[in-house]
Amino acid sequence: MRYTTLVLAGALTLALGGPTARALAADPGLTATEVKIGNTNPYSGPASSYGTIGKAIAAYFRMVNDEGGINGRKLNFVSLDDGYAPPKTVEMARQLLEQEQVLFLFQTLGTPTNTAIWKYMNDQHVPHLFVATGATKWGDPKGHPWTMGWQPTYQAEAHIYAEYILKHLPNAKIGILYQNDDYGKDYLKGFKDGLGPDGQKMIVSEQTYEVTDPTVDSQIVNLKESGADVFFNITIPKFAAQAIRRAFDIGWKPTQFLNNVSASIGAALKPAGLEASKGVITALYLKDPDDPDWRDDPGMKAWRVWMQKYYPAGNLHDVNNVYGYSTAQTLVHVLRQCGPELSRATVMRQAANIKDLSLPLLLPGIKINTSPTDFYPIEQEQLARFDGERWVRFGPLFDASRHPSM
Amino acid sequence: MRLENAKASLAPEVATPPVRAVAARPRASAATAARAAGLVALVAVACLLPFELSDYRTFQFTQVFIYAIALLGLNMLTGYNGQISLGHGAFYAIGAYTTAIMIDRWGVPYGWTIPVAGLVCLLAGFLFGIPALRLEGLYLALATFALALATPQILKHFDGWTGGSQGIVLSKPSPPAGLPLSPDRWLYFLSLGLLLLLFLLGWNLLRGRTGRALVAIRDNPIAAEAMGVNAALYKSLTFGVSAAYTGIAGALGALAIAFVAPDTFNVFLSITFLVGIVVGGLASIAGAVFGALFIQFVPNWAQAISKAAPWAIYGVFLIGFMYVMPRGIAGALRLLGRRLARATESRPG
Repeated sequence: MRYTTLVLAGALTLALGGPTARALAADPGLTATEVKIGNTNPYSGPASSYGTIGKAIAAYFRMVNDEGGINGRKLNFVSLDDGYAPPKTVEMARQLLEQEQVLFLFQTLGTPTNTAIWKYMNDQHVPHLFVATGATKWGDPKGHPWTMGWQPTYQAEAHIYAEYILKHLPNAKIGILYQNDDYGKDYLKGFKDGLGPDGQKMIVSEQTYEVTDPTVDSQIVNLKESGADVFFNITIPKFAAQAIRRAFDIGWKPTQFLNNVSASIGAALKPAGLEASKGVITALYLKDPDDPDWRDDPGMKAWRVWMQKYYPAGNLHDVNNVYGYSTAQTLVHVLRQCGPELSRATVMRQAANIKDLSLPLLLPGIKINTSPTDFYPIEQEQLARFDGERWVRFGPLFDASRHPSM
Repeated sequence: MRLENAKASLAPEVATPPVRAVAARPRASAATAARAAGLVALVAVACLLPFELSDYRTFQFTQVFIYAIALLGLNMLTGYNGQISLGHGAFYAIGAYTTAIMIDRWGVPYGWTIPVAGLVCLLAGFLFGIPALRLEGLYLALATFALALATPQILKHFDGWTGGSQGIVLSKPSPPAGLPLSPDRWLYFLSLGLLLLLFLLGWNLLRGRTGRALVAIRDNPIAAEAMGVNAALYKSLTFGVSAAYTGIAGALGALAIAFVAPDTFNVFLSITFLVGIVVGGLASIAGAVFGALFIQFVPNWAQAISKAAPWAIYGVFLIGFMYVMPRGIAGALRLLGRRLARATESRPG
């Protein structure tokens, strides 16, 4: 029985002209000793603080190469600056594919920038792997089978808050403040989906702000007056700080959920006041280098050693360097899983075939899983409460993938 | 004082065209013929180029043509008419979004969207030009700068139309049926064709009465009005035509990139345009092409030289160009041509 299948498969392979053999001969960016990987990052421009991710990835690949590469191949990482400008991303992506002849793109950064090359990459049938953005749209295996995200999406994160509220605060009256754009609406959608039609009745007030507004003071007053006792704060750090401060000042004391976008203690909670921020809840998935829980964690120790050896210029407090390190590890896992027979198709197939991968700097218990119908690698997060000094994780890992709408 | 400087830097270019027109009359026909032959040769090379280059390089040259159209538009306004605009990225955005919305919302064939983008920008530019009449020099620069700053936010505000910060994804235009061209080559020829058409129109406009009126307004508005030039009308019309050129470039840009998003059209784009016309050569039609080559390729070279500090390298290039060629590339070439002519003239025979 098994034998017949094998023979049949073999015959089919021959009939089709040997897809693996042909793919090997056809796909650029590949030699017996090297695999060429393309990337765009904002090394200049408004989002240049993220540029460290590209540098961390390059540094990680240098280590892999020092250790002999993958299946005898060295990783040649070609990372270009797009300044976070979509037309430049298009030009750079074309340069990478058509001039540099890379095998695939990895960790291209930014939502508008990746949107600009989304169709192009899929038209070209070139893997567009683990893009560095939290938008939900990247997990679309039917419409865009060559593009895949990496981090938990905004919607997945909002699901987790909804799930927690349904379970622990069933009589909540929820007030929401969100930024009036795609980012804010992505969170809002995930939150409402998570609450479900009945749960949505718990929402008593929705307030918005424009990113250009000077303050959100009046919105906070409105939320207080609505009688809300749970506050979902979907704002970027500047407004998160204002909202937390204002609520504290006018004596509004709801249970506060703060999106991960503003989970930075330095950028959001300190400006709001550590006392005012006490009790705020967020969701995390990466180990924070400043968290004393990880002081003696082997994964964190290895990361520090690696930082000192391969990326000494990098900031040891910047979680973006944890992020770059972890994405690079994910890719290395995929490439190892491909075996020696690399091609664009196999890379994509193995990217969609990650089973229970845990990484040293993901929170304990988080596993990366993908399948041909699941293009959302990380879907678990853990809630954490701010104790006035740092985030203290509590409760179990939440898994957004269990929701049918995801 | 600053204002005087800004004007002074524009001024030297001015006197040349009329003077030459009179003095060089006897040799004009020979020179014109030589120039025409050179131009034909250049166009021929441009037509063959995409068949020699990769699709990626073809795409880069398409972008050069698109920038050149935008730069010619800005050059009419700033170079010829002396109105400094730090906000032409806004008109580029209006053109791009006109095309994107027409294709995405209403399914209009892309060919029609280009002239419409031009017309919309003509109107927008004309309307912006009317209040701008009250603003001179640096004050106008500030007002247009505000326009550039506001553009991304305005685009995000009307997200029902513009798709918000996600932008609008388009398909690359396919060549008309029967033309054996790849989409990249087709876009190249479309841009080249429009470039030639718009340059011809621009040349026609700028070399004659209108051009002289624009230059006169720039150099001495009172004298120009005394000569019977309707300064207000010319200035706002120039704003309109300039915006129309830039808008057409924006429309082509949207087609070439196949995507528009608000943050593409930030202040930096407007400043890049200004850099382009200054490096290429103010008040020069050919300067627009040189400027476009500069803004397309120099940032890439800078990045190839140093990934750590590409903009520092870019700055060095910029200062180098301005030091060696203070009147831009076109100005330097003109000077070189004149020196050569003088050298051959002084030779006996």
